[in-house]
Amino acid sequence: MTDLLKYEQAEISYRGRPAVRDVSFTLRQGEILGIVGESGSGKSTLIRAAMGLLGPSGAVTGGDILYKGKSLPALSPEELRRINGPELGMIFQNAGASFCPIRKVGAQLYESVAAHEKVSRHDFTEQAVDLLQKIGFTDGRRILNSYPFELSGGMQQRVGIAAAMLLKPSVLLADEPTSALDVFVQKQVVEEMLLLHRTFGTSIILVTHNIGLVGAMADNVLVLKDGHAVEYGRTQQVLQSPENAYTKQLMAAVPRLKRATG
Amino acid sequence: MQDNNKGPVLEVRDLTKIYKRRGQDTVTAVDGVSFSLHPGECLGIIGESGSGKTTLVNMIARLTDPDRGQILLKGREITRLRGRDLRSVYAEMQMVFQQPADSFDPRRTLGDGIGESLRNNGWSAAAAREESGKLLEQCGLPAGFAERWPHEVSGGQCQRAAIARALAIRPSILLCDEATSALDVTIQQEILDLLGTLRRQMGAGFSILFICHDIALVQQFCDRVLVMYQGKIVEEGIPDAVIRKPSHPYTRRLIDSIL
Amino acid sequence: MRQTFLKNREKRPLQKQGHKSVTMYSGMYGGRRHGRRAGSVKTRLIVFGLLAAFLLLGSVFSAQLAPYDPDLQNLEIARAAPSAAHLLGTDRFGRDMLSRVIAGSRASIFSTLLLVAVITVIGTLIGVFCGWNGKRADAVLMRISDIFLAFPGLVFAMAVAGVLGGGLHNAIVALAAISWPKYARIARSQTLAQRESAYLKAAKLAGSSTTKIIFKHLLPNIIGPILVTSMLDIGTMMMELAGLSFLGLGAKPPTAEWGSMMSDARSLMTTAPWVAFSPGAAIFLSVMVFNLLGDTIRDYADPRSRDF
Repeated sequence: MTDLLKYEQAEISYRGRPAVRDVSFTLRQGEILGIVGESGSGKSTLIRAAMGLLGPSGAVTGGDILYKGKSLPALSPEELRRINGPELGMIFQNAGASFCPIRKVGAQLYESVAAHEKVSRHDFTEQAVDLLQKIGFTDGRRILNSYPFELSGGMQQRVGIAAAMLLKPSVLLADEPTSALDVFVQKQVVEEMLLLHRTFGTSIILVTHNIGLVGAMADNVLVLKDGHAVEYGRTQQVLQSPENAYTKQLMAAVPRLKRATG
Repeated sequence: MQDNNKGPVLEVRDLTKIYKRRGQDTVTAVDGVSFSLHPGECLGIIGESGSGKTTLVNMIARLTDPDRGQILLKGREITRLRGRDLRSVYAEMQMVFQQPADSFDPRRTLGDGIGESLRNNGWSAAAAREESGKLLEQCGLPAGFAERWPHEVSGGQCQRAAIARALAIRPSILLCDEATSALDVTIQQEILDLLGTLRRQMGAGFSILFICHDIALVQQFCDRVLVMYQGKIVEEGIPDAVIRKPSHPYTRRLIDSIL
Repeated sequence: MRQTFLKNREKRPLQKQGHKSVTMYSGMYGGRRHGRRAGSVKTRLIVFGLLAAFLLLGSVFSAQLAPYDPDLQNLEIARAAPSAAHLLGTDRFGRDMLSRVIAGSRASIFSTLLLVAVITVIGTLIGVFCGWNGKRADAVLMRISDIFLAFPGLVFAMAVAGVLGGGLHNAIVALAAISWPKYARIARSQTLAQRESAYLKAAKLAGSSTTKIIFKHLLPNIIGPILVTSMLDIGTMMMELAGLSFLGLGAKPPTAEWGSMMSDARSLMTTAPWVAFSPGAAIFLSVMVFNLLGDTIRDYADPRSRDF
């Protein structure tokens, strides 16, 4: 088990105002880490900082984010671009919106793969169909030949996951990957991510407000409130016997289905 | 109208809404739905997006016209009412929307929105303003919030104000359309606590129709639940019983999908 | 995939181009730059607002401002070049050009504003009506507006002015007839976009009548882009009105109006060019001031140009 991604007392600010302060955690090889928190807690900011996606007004203003020992904020845009994709992959909340609406899905996937590695169109198609098959699309070729609008929201999200997985990143950063989906599709997406995790040993950081999702997937959990890490530990422990007052309040507020008889 | 104790406060019979789009198949969004809401009851309606639950509640609130069926409010048919008659219906029935910030006019203060129904019913501006403050306090916000603008308050605060607005006219039915779905879970809990308190205060004179996609929330909050699927009600019962022994395959699948 | 890589590829150059000083560890943040930009929009707003107000006041008090009676003929000094007594010279009837330009501002600026106000109100009301009610009335009115939009504007205005006869009033009617559809379209699309908003539903549930909902809640929320359009239209309408007058379909002599004054001066272009120059310059400057003001108001109304 090696440390892949390490946040060391990271402070991330927008226009000089810190949105995340003093957050430290380590993501090991093959680990799934859940980052939970409510809106405004800075959970999305945290993983966007690793990808360099903070936008013009945001910056890492303290501490460090290390990927395999390299400081990500210190990298040049060109170096960062080389890492994003094959090393760090990202899934967004609405993957459908990040597809260009007037080009076929396959062409767009090929473009993003070809940006990072030399691959022939034919080899790419084979790989892509193979991967799509792994995540439950029996007819991968048809998916590649579709325009984004021909796929449902759930399918777009799953193709978005496939897209991120095509370059076999060692770390997958998932920002609210199921929040826009119905519970059926949510369950499918969860199963796909777990399958990829098992097949390729991908480490995942799962940013979500959905405690149920974290409970079903994550090994460890980091709880954020107002930019601070208030609790960090094994999933079972944090979810079942939280120590921090806020975590307790959060866990108590989560509506849980009572299936048991009586 | 006065027959409060016997019979349902709201009855829906065979309500149907068909959407016809040019060049596409017609979609039956709501397909022959019938149910009753009893005095003091909290009735949950669950379903996925596209199940027709939002269309249903919009028809009940008379924001969308049904193609077939009847809506009875305390025994009086309101399905086709218009103008002044329809406005009198809203003294009995109010609604809380999913996106609290969008439900307030961005160019008017919260107090203005809360007092609107009162002013429309003959209150003076000053009296309506005073009452708005009281309602805000009843919903757990300082009376001073009446002067705030919708964009100045958080989602939870805005939803409290929206509940205050809905309560202003003292309705006997509150329609909640995913009223807590856009909120963080801790805020969602606060709003549910507030609705629970209001129910206890008002007893049989206050019923809630709670539209929601989260079955766990419905289990926690509602007395009875209807499961909607493809525009139809496929299951009805006490939440605990439905969750323990779902009779329809759709309900079973839904419950199995909960993480 | 697009999201992963393209975002980066797009974002990075953006940081470089638009925000030179921002690097990952930079202490310089976007706020100041945006603040400065907002300041410049505000400055422009004040400058052009003052200029427009100055023109407007000039047109209101034109009778008091003019040094001579604009219609007073004096053939003895006809076609006099600019001098200390007649700063802009005189025309072929010996009328003082400065006085005529000032007096003409009433016909030109004032009637333009009236025209724009009329088409804004009428167009907006029709558009809101169509957007709100939909169905048949909407279809009929929008087809009518299509027909008006399909006509070449000035030609249609000429035809109307021809049928109704010349005169400033008829020119205004003609221009109003071809200009309202633009406003109706904007108001209609804005209404359609807002019609399903929760706050309008909430107003209905509060027991407000449809009229009240439209005037109290809908209109204040859609009027912004419409007003911006009317501001931008002031310059255009001023030109078209002057154009109609120039063609003899607008203001009737001896009424001082810049377009008809230019038309009058055509034959004097070689002998007394100042007679054509002053109304031309007046049109040019006024149109420019109102266009720049309209642009500025559009920038100001667009929150994206105001703050980040």
